[in-house]
Amino acid sequence: MSYNFVIAIASGKGGTGKTTIATNLAYVASDLGQKVQYLDCDVEEPNGHIFLKPQITGSQEITVDVPQVDPEKCTACGKCGEICQYSAIICIKEHVLTFEQLCHSCGGCFRICPADAIDAKPLKIGDIEFGKTGDINFVSGRLQIGNVRTPALIKEVKKHIKQDHLTIIDVPPGTSCPVVEAVKGVDFVLLVTEPTPFGLNDLRLAVELANEMNLPFDVVINRYGIGNEEVEKYCKAENIDIVMKLPDDRRIAEAYSSGKMIIEQLPEYKNYFLNLLKEIESRI
Amino acid sequence: MKIAITSTGKTLDSQVDQRFGRAAYFIVVETETMGFSVLENESVAAAGGAGITSAKAVIDAGAEAVLTGNCGPNAQRTLSAAAVKLYTGATGTIEEAIELFKNGKLTEATSPNVDAHFGIDK
Repeated sequence: MSYNFVIAIASGKGGTGKTTIATNLAYVASDLGQKVQYLDCDVEEPNGHIFLKPQITGSQEITVDVPQVDPEKCTACGKCGEICQYSAIICIKEHVLTFEQLCHSCGGCFRICPADAIDAKPLKIGDIEFGKTGDINFVSGRLQIGNVRTPALIKEVKKHIKQDHLTIIDVPPGTSCPVVEAVKGVDFVLLVTEPTPFGLNDLRLAVELANEMNLPFDVVINRYGIGNEEVEKYCKAENIDIVMKLPDDRRIAEAYSSGKMIIEQLPEYKNYFLNLLKEIESRI
Repeated sequence: MKIAITSTGKTLDSQVDQRFGRAAYFIVVETETMGFSVLENESVAAAGGAGITSAKAVIDAGAEAVLTGNCGPNAQRTLSAAAVKLYTGATGTIEEAIELFKNGKLTEATSPNVDAHFGIDK
């Protein structure tokens, strides 16, 4: 059996175990002889490399275009400032000011300038690293500190999806633009949560997002055994399948905190991930 | 001289709004006559760039100086491009702030006194 679909591992709440699930799932799939790639799209705080320990073989600098105004050509007509929805460029009296960190690179100002006074200037927003962990292809985005162009970088990371691989995307937490970009167009979403009021609250948000985007999804409950049964009651009421319940096991936390893979450290959990993979496959 | 003061209300006895970009109102006063007009701040709930658009609004209103509590880097840069003088640290009512300004008790700021996003959630 060969898998070649794209799975996004998302959650509403942070710290529910997205990376744990994503890296271990990649590991078991690769172990089965699948072609697997792991994409760390949690570019504001990528940490998949801590567990997969890839050998880095290359990197790519990612830039976006921001406006650079030629004061010789500029007639101070103000059209650039009027079209910009983010105040990234504004005409004040005879001067055009640019605020690069606010620019969303829509290209509006380049196009509307009647004097052809605005050029595109590359601004670095982050890097993408490539590597190998055994047979797993590893791709990881890292946003430049101080930069906020998270979705733009995630989009670049996703350009490296290989059609003939099982692709596992580690999604940022939350339900805002970076998450939307990371899950856009995937074949399946796993929503990782924990059985606590916080977990449930953010799971509801994540479910809303997946429904809004018409993405098929199931739920994984991590640290099963803590908290209460409200997450399970909610899933039952909403007809949402829970495809894995990973127990709250201190040894898992210990493996995690020393940067080790669960299935390497605690082989008895391997079946959890094999079953998870089968469950996902049956749904695609 | 025309000055703009960040204000929590629409009258001269309103308190100075301590935020520039996300001030509720700008009161634009002609200091000779004390005649004034009230500008509602359209950037108060902007997603971003509030300091820049607020600065543009007071520049377009013809203000030559701004009195406020705090001002961040983007607003300061925008005001300075139009040579609008910036006075931070203003407190009390609008009237009191104008008095302090007229008596030379406010010092001109040549750099921002707070970081970007200072006025969010305040």
